[in-house]
Amino acid sequence: MMRRVLIAALVLVCLVVFPATSFGAKAGGTLVYGRGADSDALDPHMTTSGESAVVIVNVFEGLVKYKEDSTEVEPCLATSWKTSADGLVWTFTLRKGVKFHDGTPFSAQAVVFDLDRQLNKENPYYLEGKFPYVKFTFGMIDKYEAVDDYTVRITLKSKFAPFLKNLAMFAAAIPSPEAVKKYGADIFKHPVGTGPFKFVEWIPDDTITLVANEGYWGGRPHLDKVVYKVIPDNAVRLMKLEKGELDVTEGINPNDLGRIKANKDLVLLEKPGMNVGYLAMHCQKPPFTDKRVRQALNYAVNKEEICKYLMNDQAVPATGVVPPSLWGYDPAQKGYPYDPKKAKQLLAEAGFPNGFKTTLRAYTAPRAYNPVGDRLATAIQSYFKEVGVDAKIETLEWGTYLAEGRAGKHEMALFGWMGDNGDPDNFLYVLLGSDNFGSGNRAFYKNDEVDELLKEAQQTYDEKERLDLYIKAQRIIVDDAPWVFLNHTKQLAATRKDVKGFALHPTSNRFFYSVWLDR
Amino acid sequence: MLAYIARRLLMVVPVLVGISVVVFLMVHLIPGDPVQVMLGERATDEEIARLRQELGLNDPIYVQYARFLGRVAHGDLGRSLRSNSRVVDEIAARFPVTIELAVASILIATVFGLLAGCVAAVHQHSLFDYFTMVLALVGVSMPVFWIGLMLVILFGRHLGWFPIAGVVADGIELARVTNFPLLDSLLSGNVAALRSVLSHLVLPSITLATIPVAIIARMTRSTMLNVLRQDYIRTAKAKGLAHRRVVYKHALKNALVPVVTVVGLQFGSLLGGAVLTETVFARPGIGRLVVTAIFARDYPMVQGVVLVGALTFVFTNLAVDVLYALLNPKIRYA
Repeated sequence: MMRRVLIAALVLVCLVVFPATSFGAKAGGTLVYGRGADSDALDPHMTTSGESAVVIVNVFEGLVKYKEDSTEVEPCLATSWKTSADGLVWTFTLRKGVKFHDGTPFSAQAVVFDLDRQLNKENPYYLEGKFPYVKFTFGMIDKYEAVDDYTVRITLKSKFAPFLKNLAMFAAAIPSPEAVKKYGADIFKHPVGTGPFKFVEWIPDDTITLVANEGYWGGRPHLDKVVYKVIPDNAVRLMKLEKGELDVTEGINPNDLGRIKANKDLVLLEKPGMNVGYLAMHCQKPPFTDKRVRQALNYAVNKEEICKYLMNDQAVPATGVVPPSLWGYDPAQKGYPYDPKKAKQLLAEAGFPNGFKTTLRAYTAPRAYNPVGDRLATAIQSYFKEVGVDAKIETLEWGTYLAEGRAGKHEMALFGWMGDNGDPDNFLYVLLGSDNFGSGNRAFYKNDEVDELLKEAQQTYDEKERLDLYIKAQRIIVDDAPWVFLNHTKQLAATRKDVKGFALHPTSNRFFYSVWLDR
Repeated sequence: MLAYIARRLLMVVPVLVGISVVVFLMVHLIPGDPVQVMLGERATDEEIARLRQELGLNDPIYVQYARFLGRVAHGDLGRSLRSNSRVVDEIAARFPVTIELAVASILIATVFGLLAGCVAAVHQHSLFDYFTMVLALVGVSMPVFWIGLMLVILFGRHLGWFPIAGVVADGIELARVTNFPLLDSLLSGNVAALRSVLSHLVLPSITLATIPVAIIARMTRSTMLNVLRQDYIRTAKAKGLAHRRVVYKHALKNALVPVVTVVGLQFGSLLGGAVLTETVFARPGIGRLVVTAIFARDYPMVQGVVLVGALTFVFTNLAVDVLYALLNPKIRYA
């Protein structure tokens, strides 16, 4: 009996003394993270770059954060929150005893200062045109006030359920007001947050160094130091990983995947990203006004083949709009399997037994959601040819391509989307709501029922009800087939075998708090 | 001599005007709306209008050019669209890294190129001559990034003699005063840093030197062959001067003029052409900066780098011209 009590007491002591230490985790060491490109700005509000976000999320925190393996949200600098009956007023209770890395306390005033800096043009620290994400993250905010030192009240212009997800984005993280005052427009070089790691040094195009925040409210991280190292060439970066000069690398040549898998010192990680690649069919222009034509073209394209061979297994076929890594994905949705016979039959029913002629617009350079650039258009063209549809490829310069896409000058055009906040609204409403004709909705798709479902989902705070609405909307959308649903590209990373706790987050953020080195 | 330099300086003025016009027009020659391109696929109409206003694109073009010249004259190249940092600061941080690499490469190229060229010329049709000239041909034809990768694989990965990439080893603190890594490590008297910086410089400078060393070797060989057949060389030999003295004093000095031209031109293009080498060896230089800027459509940055690059080229050539005059008095008085 005595022994059991002793053990229990010991366990309790351990839990109190090492709250952050996951079982068996070793503390200490430097993790060197290799990547192809540098960050552009290290202020959460002054960038949209993923390479900046991977640093920002380890230095800064927001009111809420994503769970470690999904885009669901959990408390962070706010311990709890509630909404008013009309859903407009959000009241956040803040964590006490949190300090920024410069030693100043985190409080409701800091939250209000940060919002004001971005939203109030009269604020002395407002920077015109330098907050690329603010309209997206905080555009729906009407008022903000500090009720007391640890309570913040934010009033929205209208009910908006994805707001909470926005608060978990790196772009909503909160910097130290004193640092903002001290550095002014150069704050992007001097990140000061509340996160598990403190910023030390940034040598442009070379390294960014962070050290453990000993006073982190959640307990000190395992690692002593994180170094982000820019090595532009994928092959050279991999060699450095093999030699043990790097611990993690991202950006891998498809040809090297086998080499990584064969190396017992390395671990290959892969996960579908928060993106979608698609071929938009202009739903207001014949023959694409006919649903059967759009469906036929979906059946005509062999997505599996494209993902496996053309994209070298760097992508998974899309069955709908929302990628599988996201809350709101519909696993029951099977999409359109490759079935040229069915395609021909549908075309015949729509009055095109011999197919038709059309144009297919494409851009040349690879993009995050399309690793093969205009070769994708060529592949689609040949699939279309098999069912009698003669699509002429038009390649435009990127600037013109975007401008004409917004203006709806295309019949069919390749596009894609990288998600922002991990909410299905950020895919469905932005890309297929009729409010967003041109700007996001490049298929010029309009379905009143879908519009209504998406609006309703924006205003529904119950997550389960919301999920139902999105699933329902997606089923209609997939049946309407305004796009040829193509692919979701995968995130790929390789680590040394002794790197533990490193995970690919759906948002492509990389969190080093729970990472440790088994050395 | 001064008059000659002054004359050469005057000739630079129209070149500078030309450069400024080209750099200024870069933004205006992009097909489509440059602002749409800069802001990308998420831009709203409002943002597009605001950036147009901010960049002054609504003003007449000559007003824009005058404003541009005024800013450049004050050393203000604007702020990067990508990061908001001052273009001048970014260039000042990167250019020294590139200059150091280019200087190291051109030194290697000149020493080995001259040596190989001279020996090949003196022993024309010898085995050495054929061997170096074939090697030179190979050097010119080999893509730089490929040579770089091969060197990395051989000396970095398999033999482990030299580091694979970077400027200095992780964990070695390098005081940054001038931003020239070699100079900084010398100034701070940090021997470990100096050794690390030097060993990191070996593979990239050899890589970058392959093309110029080949060109210089071939150039030296052909001009030396030409000079060695001249009458005064025969006279010198007839006077009974030592062979070495004839070759290295009488012949080489006269053969140097065209070689200096090539060295100067090569040095200029190394400063701009280090892009691939910097990418393979992960060196944070100006080449990498401009490539990132081009991909991000960061026009102020591209303009800044092109401007600085062009100026460097112009002034390197100026220096070469002055060097000619020193080597060959005929040019000075022409």
